[in-house]
Amino acid sequence: MRTFFGAASVAAAVLIGAIGAGAQTAPQPAVVYDAGGKFDKSFNEAAYNGIERFRKETGGTYLEFEVNNDAQREQAFRRMAQRGASPIIGIGFAQAPAIRKVAAEFPKVSFTIIDSVIDLPNVQSVVFKEHEGSFLVGALAVMASKTGKVGFVGGMDVPLIRRFQCGYEQGAKHVDAKAEVIANMTGTTPAAWNDPTRGAELAKGQFARGVDVVFAAAGGTGLGVYQAAKDGKRLAIGVDSNQNHLHPGTMLTSMLKRVDTAVYAAARTAREGKWVPGTTSLGLAEGGIDWALDEHNARIVSAQMKERLEKIKADIIAGRIKVHDYMSNSACRS
Amino acid sequence: MEEMLTIGLSALAATLRVATPLVFCAMAGLVSERAGVIDIGLEGKMLAAAFTSASVAAVSGSALIALLAAMALATLLGLLHGFACITHRGDQVVSGVAINIIAAGLTAVLGIHWFGRGGQTPDLPVEARFMPVLPVSATDAGAALPLRFLAEVLGGHNLLVYLAFLLVPLVWWLIGSSRFGLRLRAVGENPEVVDTAGISVEWLRYRAVMICGALCGMAGTYLAIAQNAAFTPNMTAGQGFIALAAMIFGKWRAFPALAACLLFGFLDAVAIRLQGVEIAGIGQVPVQLIQALPYILTVILLAGFIGRAVAPKAIGQPYLKER
Repeated sequence: MRTFFGAASVAAAVLIGAIGAGAQTAPQPAVVYDAGGKFDKSFNEAAYNGIERFRKETGGTYLEFEVNNDAQREQAFRRMAQRGASPIIGIGFAQAPAIRKVAAEFPKVSFTIIDSVIDLPNVQSVVFKEHEGSFLVGALAVMASKTGKVGFVGGMDVPLIRRFQCGYEQGAKHVDAKAEVIANMTGTTPAAWNDPTRGAELAKGQFARGVDVVFAAAGGTGLGVYQAAKDGKRLAIGVDSNQNHLHPGTMLTSMLKRVDTAVYAAARTAREGKWVPGTTSLGLAEGGIDWALDEHNARIVSAQMKERLEKIKADIIAGRIKVHDYMSNSACRS
Repeated sequence: MEEMLTIGLSALAATLRVATPLVFCAMAGLVSERAGVIDIGLEGKMLAAAFTSASVAAVSGSALIALLAAMALATLLGLLHGFACITHRGDQVVSGVAINIIAAGLTAVLGIHWFGRGGQTPDLPVEARFMPVLPVSATDAGAALPLRFLAEVLGGHNLLVYLAFLLVPLVWWLIGSSRFGLRLRAVGENPEVVDTAGISVEWLRYRAVMICGALCGMAGTYLAIAQNAAFTPNMTAGQGFIALAAMIFGKWRAFPALAACLLFGFLDAVAIRLQGVEIAGIGQVPVQLIQALPYILTVILLAGFIGRAVAPKAIGQPYLKER
């Protein structure tokens, strides 16, 4: 049955692609979304917003594909390359093996990958210093917590998400050394990015243990976490996109990861002929990572909290606070 | 100790929440299969109902109307199943699989077309959902255990959770003691006898698939507008099949099926809560092992303790009236 849907969605994507293609000479960019889905209101949706901005500002068209299972990835990239798309932007670390293979087969086509590093002459890798942003929201979580217990819900149990968790824990301990962080991972397969029911259960389990602020770095699964926080009258922290608007009043903040800017920049530079391969790492200093304060959470973030958090942010940028990166040694301690 | 107790109580409360859709579906499948109609389509009916309830709740703003609409739609799908395999004597497994595929495809397509959010339905406000009936205040840790059990495990659920568990004795009575149930069982075991007695086999089976559909409708409604606040594509995630397994696990009987549903729910709830918890003497258990736990235990239980499950005799066989 899965194969049936797989085939159906490939057909659908090709169809959608065909509509978007038209008769055009300039190479158009292509976006391949990860398993969370284009409208996860988080990671993939940020990429979608980025490419939509490109479309609106330049009038260019683009191809897109939503991956439903792992078998489709390679096929999707090869198909995009054959259709002459450039750059082909892969959203998420899970695309890395497929891009590595297809990029070697099509050395003249440009590829951009978000969240992973591929060392090939025609691949541009964009990674983010998620630990820095997670440190910030971890600090804010403890400032807002009354119980001193804060929660973390990760999506798939992979090093990238451990990096979020590790940064979050450091931030929490930075504000209060006695703060307790209860962390859960949703699963070990890509399905963990899109399981709001399980996300809600994980959050409720943490609430029962006294957690009153929870940070979800779990794509679509996070929607269940935020809903559970709203239902249970706790606070939640969004991720990747600004998710404050989802539940004004119970969304403490969102850790912004400017995937939209990265996708937009890749498409835009390619159109202007300025696209370059290589690795870019974006953090607080580069504006690639930040925390969100807007009209939806202005009431819950007090002036002191804001001031203190901005100070921490400045300290991280200046190097006065060193945030350990889980991925540097696969452990949450230096 | 205190921490373990809190985890235990919250795991029990979660068991009830997680088991609710399974209980609805298992009871639905039980009624249908006892009448001799295999129902692989529980999953599809639940998914279609989840989509219907979320959409109707988003438009009408009423949880009750959403529930009725979802039950009506799932009943229609049940009738479709009946039309294919009771009236036209089609293969029951094929018809069930077809319903699953239709539901998975149609909910996504209609969702994208109507709401334009990649198949998701709009987030629902509190008024359009089933919320906890009795708002439970958190008991303090010092309270007596029975009191905490009552408040933290049995309290604080929404209407549908209680309905699901009330449904079990009802189905038990309906199948085991009512006149309708007696005939239903007879139709599943030996339809010729029922026919000879001058009772319509087809009408009995139709009633069974309609009841089955309505119950699947409740399961879907629970998933979409009680447990969650919106429909997401494929949100049933195989729970219909787990319910089917639970029903067979329970040998087509109401209370054993309930026990199986609770077991599956409990294992899931425990798996969630044991993550990252230090267990005395063992230390922290890897996530992967904990997530495999429900499956390992299921295999052990199935292989070792359950014994042979005997299906109703006439299950899967369309009834051909002698001329």
